[in-house]
Amino acid sequence: MNPYLLRRLLSTIPVVLTVAVVIFVILRLAPGDPALAIAGEGASPAELARLRAQLGLDQSIVRQFFIWLGAMARLDFGSSLYYHIPVVELIGRRIGPTVFLAVLTLLISVPVAVFLGAAAAARQGTLVDRAVNALAVLSFSVPVFVVGYLLIWLLALKLGLLPVQGLGPADAPFLSRLRYFVLPAVGLAFGQVALLTRVTRAAVIDALHEDYIKTALAKGASFRRVLWLHAVRNAAVPIVTIIGLSFALLIGGVVVSETVFALPGLGKLTVDSVLARDFPVVQGLVMFFSLLYVAINLLVDLLYLALDPRIRY
Amino acid sequence: MSSTTLSDRPERIEPPWRDTLRRLGRHGGVRVGGCLMLLFVLAAVFAPHLYTIDPSAMDPTQPNLPMGAHATFVDLGGASFERWFPFGTDGMGRDVYSRVVYGTRISLIVGVSVCLASVLAGGLVGLLAGYFEALDGPLMRVMDGLMAIPAILLAIALVALWQVSLATLVVAIALPDLPKVARVVRASVLSVKTVAFVEAARMMSTPRWKILLRHILPAALPPLAIQGTFIFGAAILVEAVLSFLGVGFSSDIATWGNIMADGRNNFNIAPHLVLLPGAFLALTIVAVNMLGDGLRDVLDPKSSAGGRQP
Repeated sequence: MNPYLLRRLLSTIPVVLTVAVVIFVILRLAPGDPALAIAGEGASPAELARLRAQLGLDQSIVRQFFIWLGAMARLDFGSSLYYHIPVVELIGRRIGPTVFLAVLTLLISVPVAVFLGAAAAARQGTLVDRAVNALAVLSFSVPVFVVGYLLIWLLALKLGLLPVQGLGPADAPFLSRLRYFVLPAVGLAFGQVALLTRVTRAAVIDALHEDYIKTALAKGASFRRVLWLHAVRNAAVPIVTIIGLSFALLIGGVVVSETVFALPGLGKLTVDSVLARDFPVVQGLVMFFSLLYVAINLLVDLLYLALDPRIRY
Repeated sequence: MSSTTLSDRPERIEPPWRDTLRRLGRHGGVRVGGCLMLLFVLAAVFAPHLYTIDPSAMDPTQPNLPMGAHATFVDLGGASFERWFPFGTDGMGRDVYSRVVYGTRISLIVGVSVCLASVLAGGLVGLLAGYFEALDGPLMRVMDGLMAIPAILLAIALVALWQVSLATLVVAIALPDLPKVARVVRASVLSVKTVAFVEAARMMSTPRWKILLRHILPAALPPLAIQGTFIFGAAILVEAVLSFLGVGFSSDIATWGNIMADGRNNFNIAPHLVLLPGAFLALTIVAVNMLGDGLRDVLDPKSSAGGRQP
């Protein structure tokens, strides 16, 4: 195996362990008795004691941690207190809309951001550049739920172009359900576009200063061709890095956006579970998203190999 | 050689921070962002004097008044007064304008507390990791782990499990920010650690804490200021998200997030209940980000998003 690959894979272990410790500490140091939360207020003391033993709460805290860690490693997040099905199964049922929303958001935001960023970089210091910058600061600052409601108000309520909320009837054809994802994805895309535009702009400006750009121009290639073919392609590594790092931001946005637009995905599940105090689901979701973040950034690092032939570890 | 340098030295050397301050004052973004922030701070401080009433006072007989309505307000204590409602009332008959103005307080308090907490704690971690090689690996791996947990999820889970209070909110929002601060501080510590003046101090057997505080920490201050500003803005946003989702402060304490949450149910008939506090929130964050961008342009031109100057 490629030694770099091995080292990179091994480096995720302490990260995953830290995630586990942090989540465990937050859950177990929280005030309140998990057994009481599961059994409900009316449970008898004997019932509580049995549940505590079953959950391993009568063991030492260190032992509890390793038991818990073992369960996590087997992807056993326990069962939902509300739906009474394993958390993993619940995540599987609700992941569809979330994945679709995230992918659609990226499909909208990446091309827009790369275009705006490269256009601004090519005209550095001009009015276009300033306008793109101002737009980026603005759309990065307006919170996703404010954008969401503005879109609902304007496009759904005033103009009636798109549905307001929800997913429509479950048996509706795919294309008609797609309409329900347009507003949430556009709302989420604002923040992503802002972030990616700034990174693209900086990366393309850096690339434009490289010698190969001068060479290409000296050989008579048009500036447009040099910009889009040479500079933008060489800016790909920082852009992909930010897409990976901004995944955490996107997840936060998805949680809010699914709540605003009543999409039955994992984000809405998170909020509903928190409000219903369905702790196993909350814990499972936090763990799941953190692992996903680690995995995506691992993937991004591996993507470098494909994107930039100069990188050989 | 040393004699010439001594005699060439000008009479008085202007301290470098004065030039930095002047350049900050000339920066457009800093000016606009700073003025906006000043307005919000003034609104928070003088909230009781800005034509507001008690933000929790309600008249259940006057719910959902439109913007700019005139009405006789009878609160639950029986006190009655004539009032103009610039932003109307919410579904429970509370004055939305007063709630929005008072909401500024929570946002700024949370923003400042989170900023201080994460800068202090993250700064300490970064300083230790950067200066003591033995601590670097373990501390930064922990930071990598913290970074992997999506901030909003961590905050939601923390606040939901622990009782909601200012302290819980601050910890929940500051915790995901620790790695960012720690990384920035660690990087600047590493960059000055082997510079001559620090070596000199070490050779003169200056105590370690003194080297850290007097010689190394100052190098980390500009990036800390930049990072701190962005964290301040992000904290205001996360607090609003938490109240909006219903896990933050309950609506007894008016925050921009819970005003919006309360207004959601009436969104089709009274969109201003959501959009007005949303606008205040957005404007605050725009101001903070402009300030942060300006600070970065002036204090750290190399890493500024402006890229290289032509």
